[in-house]
Parts: sequence; C-alpha cells; structure tokens
Amino acid sequence: MRPILFILSAMVLMSLAFWAYRENYATQRALKDVSNLNREIADLRLSLSQQRAEWAYLNRPSRLRDLVALNFDSLGLLPMDPGQFSPVDQVAFPQPPAALPELGTPIDTIGDIETDGEGHVENPPAGAPTSEEPL
Amino acid sequence: MIRTPLRPLARVLSAREKGENPDHIERENIRLRAEETRANALNRAEGRLLLLGAAFFLAFCVVGVRMGTLAASVPEEPRSASTGTEISGGRADITDRNGRILATNFSTFSLYAQPKQMVDPEHVATSLVKLFPDMNAEDLQRRFTDGRSFMWLRKKLSPEQMQAVHDIGDPGLLFGPRDMRLYPNGHLASHVLGGASFGAEGVHSAEVIGTAGVERAMDARLRDPAQAATPLALSIDLTVQSTMAEVLEAGMVMMNAKGAAGILLDVHTGEVISMVSLPDFDPNNRPQALLKGDPGDSPLFNRSLQGVYELGSTAKIFTSAQALDIGLVNPDTMVDANAPMRWGKHKIGEFEGKNYGPLLSVTDVIVKSSNVGTAHLALKIGGERQQVFFKSLGLFDPVPIELTEAPGAGPLIPKRWADIVTITTSYGHGMSVSPMHLAVAYAAIANDGILLPPTLLKRDRIPEGTRVMSVQTAEASVKMLREVVTHGTASLGEVPGYEVGGKTGTADKVKKGGGYDKGKNINTFASMFPASNPQYVLVVTLDEASENSGAKPRRTAGWTAVPVAAEVIRRTAPLLGLRPQIAYPPLNAVSAPKP
Repeated sequence: MRPILFILSAMVLMSLAFWAYRENYATQRALKDVSNLNREIADLRLSLSQQRAEWAYLNRPSRLRDLVALNFDSLGLLPMDPGQFSPVDQVAFPQPPAALPELGTPIDTIGDIETDGEGHVENPPAGAPTSEEPL
Repeated sequence: MIRTPLRPLARVLSAREKGENPDHIERENIRLRAEETRANALNRAEGRLLLLGAAFFLAFCVVGVRMGTLAASVPEEPRSASTGTEISGGRADITDRNGRILATNFSTFSLYAQPKQMVDPEHVATSLVKLFPDMNAEDLQRRFTDGRSFMWLRKKLSPEQMQAVHDIGDPGLLFGPRDMRLYPNGHLASHVLGGASFGAEGVHSAEVIGTAGVERAMDARLRDPAQAATPLALSIDLTVQSTMAEVLEAGMVMMNAKGAAGILLDVHTGEVISMVSLPDFDPNNRPQALLKGDPGDSPLFNRSLQGVYELGSTAKIFTSAQALDIGLVNPDTMVDANAPMRWGKHKIGEFEGKNYGPLLSVTDVIVKSSNVGTAHLALKIGGERQQVFFKSLGLFDPVPIELTEAPGAGPLIPKRWADIVTITTSYGHGMSVSPMHLAVAYAAIANDGILLPPTLLKRDRIPEGTRVMSVQTAEASVKMLREVVTHGTASLGEVPGYEVGGKTGTADKVKKGGGYDKGKNINTFASMFPASNPQYVLVVTLDEASENSGAKPRRTAGWTAVPVAAEVIRRTAPLLGLRPQIAYPPLNAVSAPKP
C-alpha cells in the first residue's frame, strides 16, 4: 500500500512540476504579447493622430475653396446663399414616370437566305414585293 | 526570592561556641553573593550578544540572497502594468465647436550635434549649409572644433531634411524626438489660437508652451496630462470663420482699408462664433513682434481685441437706451437737435455741418445719427449715471475673454468726467474701446437686456448674466437699430430675409500727440440679426477705409463697413442655420401640392 502511495505522490509532484513549467512559459509569452500589443497600440495612436492632422490639413477651408473653384465644371458648387432656403411647399413633387405606349411582345422572325450555291445572294425576282414599296 | 541572611544565627552561635570570629561568616556570605551576581550578569550579556549576532546574520543573509537573485535573474522591466486609461504627455488638441481640428501635435525630430564624436567637421559644415541655406559654414566649423561637446542645430526637421542629414552620415549628428504644434488651417483664426513654441528642451523631449492667444491663456488646461486626451473645444465655427475671413479680405481690398476686424457673437450664450482680424499671420511660423514703430501695424496685432479706438456713433444707442430705461423719454419723445450746439467753448455739430433740428424724436436721433440730439439726452441723464451704465455694459474694464492679450487691451477712459466728456462719450468720442467691447454691449441689447460674459470656449451651461436694462428698453432699442437699416445711415446693410438692425460709427483716429487725424478713420458697423428675434451680433471694423467709386472718396461707415457687414451676414447666416424670413407668394392652383 505504502509504495503505491509513494509512487503516486511522486507522479503527482512531477506532473505539477511540468504544469508549473508550462504555466511559467505561457505567462512569459503572454507578457511579451501584451508588451508587443502595447507598442502596436502606441504606434497606431501615433499614426492615427498624424492622419488626423493630415486629414485636417487636406480639408483646410482654403484648399477646399480652391478645389471647388478648379472643379467648378464638374461639381458646380457655389457658396451657401439665403436663396437656397425655401419652404417645403415650393419643392416640386417628383415627376410621374412618362406615359409611353407599352411595347408589344417581341416577335422572332426567321427566314432563309436563298443563295445560288456559290455564296451569292440571289436578287429577288422582279415584281416580287419588297419592304421599300407599300405592300 | 529567598534571601539568605549574611549572619545566619545558627552558624554564628556555633562559631561563637567554637571561639571563631562570626565576622568571617558574614564576609564569606558577601563574597558568595557577589559571585552569584557576576555570573548572572555574564549570562545575560552572552545571551544578548548571541541574539545580536543572530539578527546580523539574518540581515546579511537577506541582503545576500537578494543580491544573489538580482545577479542571477535576467534584467527586464515590469511588463504587466495595466493600460486602462490613456495618459499621454502630449498637449491637448484644440478643435472648433464642431470638432474640426484647429491645433494638433505632430511628431518630428530635432537635430543636434556632438562635435567630439564628429569624424569630419568640415564636411559636415559644408553639407549642412547646402541643406539649410540660413546656416553659415565657417561659423559652424568654428563651433564644431572649439571643444564643446554639444550644440543644437535645428528645432524641427521635415522627414526629407532628416533623410538628407542621415545621408551626410556623420556619427556626430544626432536626432531627438520632438512633438511639434501644428495648425492645419494656416492663417485661419490665427489671432485666436496665437501660437506655441518650445520651453525647456532636452535631447529626448521638449516642452511645448503657448506663446499667445488661447494657447497661452489656456496653457495649464492644455498641458494637464489628465485632460490631454480630450481636446479643448472652442466656440469658433471653422466654416463661419473661414467665410468671414474671405469676405472681410475682399472687403478690405475693395474699400482700400489697411486692416479689418470682424466679430460674430451668439447673443444667447455669449460664445464668440468667429473672430477675425486682418492682416493675419501663420501661427505655424509666427512672425517676430515689431521692435519699433506702431505695434498696430504688425500682423500679430489683434484688431478685434487690441484695436482700441473711439467708437463713433455706434455708442449712441447706449445713450438712448439708458434714457429710455430711466424713463426720461420714450422712442417718440421729441428732443432738441438744433445744430450746432454750444457748450462752453466747445461747438458740437453734425456730420458735414448738417442740421437735423430743431426737434427730432429719439428714434430719429438714432436713425439720422444726430450728435446734438444724443448730447441733449446725455445731459438729461447726467455724467454719473452715464458712467455707471457704461461700467455695467463692461465698457470700462478689459473684456474677460480667454486670450492672453485681453487683460492688456483695456479701454481708454478719460480721468475726469466733465460735462463735455458726458456729451462727447454719448456719441462715442473721447473714450476708446475695442470692437469686442462693442460686440458684448450690443449682445446685451440683443439678449433682452442681459449682459453675458463673452467666451471663446464652447459653453455647455449658459451663465446667468446681469441685467443691464429692461426687456422693454432692449426691444425698443433693437427696433430703433432696425430702422437705422431700413431708412437711416446703414441702408446698404439690408440683407433680404435677415432683418438686419445696426448702427454705423465713423471716428477719426486719434493722433499720437493729441487731436484727430482727419484723413484716417475707423469705420464700424455694429449689427444684430434677425431684428425680430436677435440671435447674433456682428461687429465689422475697417481701418482707414475709403470708397473711391464716386467723385470724391467716401469715408463714412455707411459706405464702407456696412456693405461689407451685409455681405458677411448674407454669407454666414445660412451657415449658421438661420432661415431667411421671406414672404413667399401664396400658393395657387399651380404651386399648391396635390392633397
């Protein structure tokens, strides 16, 4: 009985030692990850603030005004004006869709082109009705 | 403890029987007792020494073990520090009221040299001069070789310049990280922001400190590490500020003015929506202050706050408002306006020697801008009450606004308040205040008679303010100001739909030595809109403006400042979300929407 207990406790001790060993390395790895992430966060924050500054610089009113003037042909933007306000009553309702006559069901027409055997299309016989003439 | 007697009776008796001296017994006993005491003391001392030795041994053991662990372990920083709240050492950003960035930080590098580590000082000096033309090669070389071990070369470097310096490839040239203040909008709102520079400088970092404007006035808030992550929101609206600067710049050119200033104030909150002073500067590259000459000619001069000039006729509304408030007159009371008026040796006349008299209603005194009529009103009020009223409007103290320049820009008040001072100040002469003072006082009229302290910071909670006049007086004054625009001196100020009300003011500049400079004037238009329910106050000031389209130059505010102000209102009011009040034609069969 006693030897079994000894062996058992020795095995438990060894497995606990193995577990502690792994935990130790896992903790160190986690700490390293955290410090890497912190560094990454700091870098990202820095680049975020730089991009915000750049965004503000690119959106400065004087530049936008020049761009609007340059691209007037395509954008047609004008400064805000009191005349651009108007009551809702004056806003036109959307036009109803134009009432065009409905197209009928398309008809497939199939015909044979008569050839003389050498690839030449034969002239229709004289007197036969053509589309140019009123039928 | 049982004490053994020194002369035990039994032994003494037996000794006497034997014929011995009993004193021997006593002496023996004394010796034994002394020996016992000595043995006890020795024991105790040994015990104490042992204890002390053990304590020292333990302490040295602890030190030894600690040294051992320190020597055996790998050196590393504690890494499991929590990263919850963000505390950055940087300066807080400044944004406008809608969160658009006005000032932010940018990482860059500074350049310094350690000449003792330099390989080829001559080559470094010549290469640096190629990169930075303002440096002097001989000077640099002399300083590289005179035995110093450290010198600054450049406070800020662009990435391109940094690469070029890297390419010189000398180990004596080194870079230090720097946080630099960046104003992405350039000239816009430069007088409000002020500027920043480096304070205490080290190799690894430098302190950024504000040098003027909000940057300096709010320096402690901007540098507070606990609030570094929350930007400081100003009351300025970037879009309105930009529009106003654009219009004023055009107006300044058209009216041949030397400078211009504009202030737009929200009357219900006291927030400054826009504050422009032209000419302006680039806060990224703040120019040096002028060392000689008039500081007013420097672009650093904030005309809207530091430009302390005589108000001109814009002050007349204060006199009439006070007369109404005290109950001396009502808007239709006729007052004496017979020009010229004589007071002692002084003669008070009207513009271009006109005479609006003999009698004018109080409304017409304002509409026609009659000096004589205002003078009579002021005499009725009296100098003392007039001073109290001006003080309550804040015209006697520096404007309490968050700019470093504000406390230094106090008004110029005559020391003695004689009757003639009462008369002249009633129509805005003899006393100098800034456009900002004027805007705040007009905002009190527009805000139903409640004066609010102005601010450049976005307000969450509106302060209570002080009542300076009754609601009825304020309403009557606004009505009079509206009439100035509809059929008075400011007729060019009409903006369809916005019911502008305002008062013009033309004042000659005061000469250095005294007296007035006839050709040089300050034209001001102080206005509020819309008159039926005033929301904003706008003050536009043009410095030495003249309108030259006619036969002779027109120098009055009605011809110069008013049209510029009208254009400012026309452009900014839609941006502020104000709908024009336009009477649309009634709907007819064509325009009415279908049910």
